[in-house]
Amino acid sequence: MLLELTNLHVHYKSYWYVFKVLNGVWLRVRRGERVGVIGESGSGKTTLLKSILKILPLNGMIIRGEIKYDGKDILNLGESKLAEIRRREVGMIFQDPMAALNPVFKVKDQLYDILKYKMISEGRNPSKQELYDEALKMLTDVKLPDPERVLNSYPFQLSGGMRQRVMIAMALTSAEKLLLADEPTTNLDVTIQDQILKLIHNLVIQKNLSAILVSHALGMVYQMTDRAYVLYAGDIMEEASTKELFEKPKHPYTQILISSAPRLSSKGISEGIKGKLPDYRNPPAGCRFAPRCPYSMSKCNTIKPEPIELNKEHITCCHLYG
Amino acid sequence: MRLRKLLQKVVDNFYFKRTTYSIVTLFGLSILIFAIARVLPGDPARLALGPRAPEDVVERYRALLRLNEPIYIQYYYWLVDVFHGKLGVSLVTFRDVATDILEFLPATIELIIFTLIIDVAGAFILGVLSGRKPNSLIDNFVRIFAYAGIAIPAFVWAIILQLVLANWLDLLPAYGRLSLGIEVKRITGLITVDSLLAGNINAFIDGIRHLIIPSLSLAIGCIAQEARILRANLIENINKDYILNLYSHGIPQSIIFFKYALKPSMIPTVTVMTLDMASMLGNAFLVELIFNWPGLSRYGITAMLRKDLNAIVGVVLVIGIAYTLASILIELLVSVLDPRVKHKR
Repeated sequence: MLLELTNLHVHYKSYWYVFKVLNGVWLRVRRGERVGVIGESGSGKTTLLKSILKILPLNGMIIRGEIKYDGKDILNLGESKLAEIRRREVGMIFQDPMAALNPVFKVKDQLYDILKYKMISEGRNPSKQELYDEALKMLTDVKLPDPERVLNSYPFQLSGGMRQRVMIAMALTSAEKLLLADEPTTNLDVTIQDQILKLIHNLVIQKNLSAILVSHALGMVYQMTDRAYVLYAGDIMEEASTKELFEKPKHPYTQILISSAPRLSSKGISEGIKGKLPDYRNPPAGCRFAPRCPYSMSKCNTIKPEPIELNKEHITCCHLYG
Repeated sequence: MRLRKLLQKVVDNFYFKRTTYSIVTLFGLSILIFAIARVLPGDPARLALGPRAPEDVVERYRALLRLNEPIYIQYYYWLVDVFHGKLGVSLVTFRDVATDILEFLPATIELIIFTLIIDVAGAFILGVLSGRKPNSLIDNFVRIFAYAGIAIPAFVWAIILQLVLANWLDLLPAYGRLSLGIEVKRITGLITVDSLLAGNINAFIDGIRHLIIPSLSLAIGCIAQEARILRANLIENINKDYILNLYSHGIPQSIIFFKYALKPSMIPTVTVMTLDMASMLGNAFLVELIFNWPGLSRYGITAMLRKDLNAIVGVVLVIGIAYTLASILIELLVSVLDPRVKHKR
């Protein structure tokens, strides 16, 4: 097991309120495995990924739970050990490449620093020339045309697709074991989305990385992952091998989510799910999906459903199966 | 052809454009303030000569000042004067206003420069200290200081500092620009510069000692406001994805903070700083009054109270020029800090 999250609780604190976002999430990634996390916007997917690297915003707090990476306890790891992991083992592709690149620094400023500290932790002391060569290689790897110009550009001078490629190049410098991809195609044109997906897919296979792919684009998860988790309002609803999850979804939320995805064969636009995500300040005491669930029973509102193992590869959290 | 291209380049040049706009703005400002100064109630000639002057003398003086002519004729004569490097005669000092301004401006400029040095150092140190660890002990101290600094006006700080530092502790001189017995030949009018030019270290130190309390009392309010702005921007920016992204690569915290978070956070602070600097030229009068500082603000206020027409116009124009220069300076600094501004231009 490369990564194992158990019973993770993450809260955000504002001046007046506590937003109880992640509510006992678990997640496992085996070595070489590609895992997907699907769920609608605001369900805590990004929070989940940021917790793994402990890079939550200042008001984000990991209240309870355990994150085991490669046998190490991330939450109780010293700052320098954690830095090693961040520099050389785990890399993250952020959702919005415009927001994730510093607007007032050139690409090379940011990329050089990332490479520099990675090389330092490998026991090397890189010269400017080495950094330049390495950065050029990274950008060529992600199929950026004219990498030299990109290095000397500010992020706002690049197109969305180019920015996302820079972002991927950055993530890959650090990701030698695990790649975290947070909706890597959401902010891109449809034509570019496909290119970027293929790029990530090829790089993951080529470098034999384990990966967590977070997305609300179901097709993408279906194509690229071995196993998938369904996240709703900070709770894992269902876990199964990707094929089984898409073909035999058990949890009502998963069923509705998958059937509401637009298909070429379907007529018109599907209805979607009525209602909206619960208020994280005061979330439902039982199943967090209960207020929107067509099958909800009285105990759904009061008792949080425990994970039920339907078979070895299929776990769901629903009172219908309990 | 080549000449035309060169000309085109000059016209397209940002600073050329800005200077042209500025001249137009200042021209408009001069018309406005010229009119306002003359619309104000009160008879300038009577005020200048005093209540006991006989009516026919006042009438002759009025004619001499062309106050009986229509306002646009007056403005025409004033403008002709301006092109000869004169700003009209002051009704109080009976000298040319340009000469007056040249005499009083350096003292204020010296005060502002010194204030700015304290301001920049103070605002950045306090802003960074409190932005680095929000809601820590240091942050709360800075918060209390900032509230006091913003709420208490500069002239109250002036009196407090004068009382504590000069009167009780006897550390620094209470007022004036130089101690009795020390004299510096006037070259630029800035005492610190003149004393260095004359090689007089004692006078330099004495000048600095006289500057500390007035600059500090002017700077405290600015420091308080700017430190808070810097803090707010730092806290906002260190939660942005572009900072979390660098964290995700294990880059040391100090580099992330001082290199990647500080630069974008500085932009609003630097803008406010530059504007504060320009506004000091007109707002420093109470502080100049308290410290018996022979500066331009004090001269300007006297002009207003005595309805010294030409002096009012002259001082307002100088302040206008200061604001114009400040806004050019802001553009310059912001374009250095934020490449997006430069490239969009």
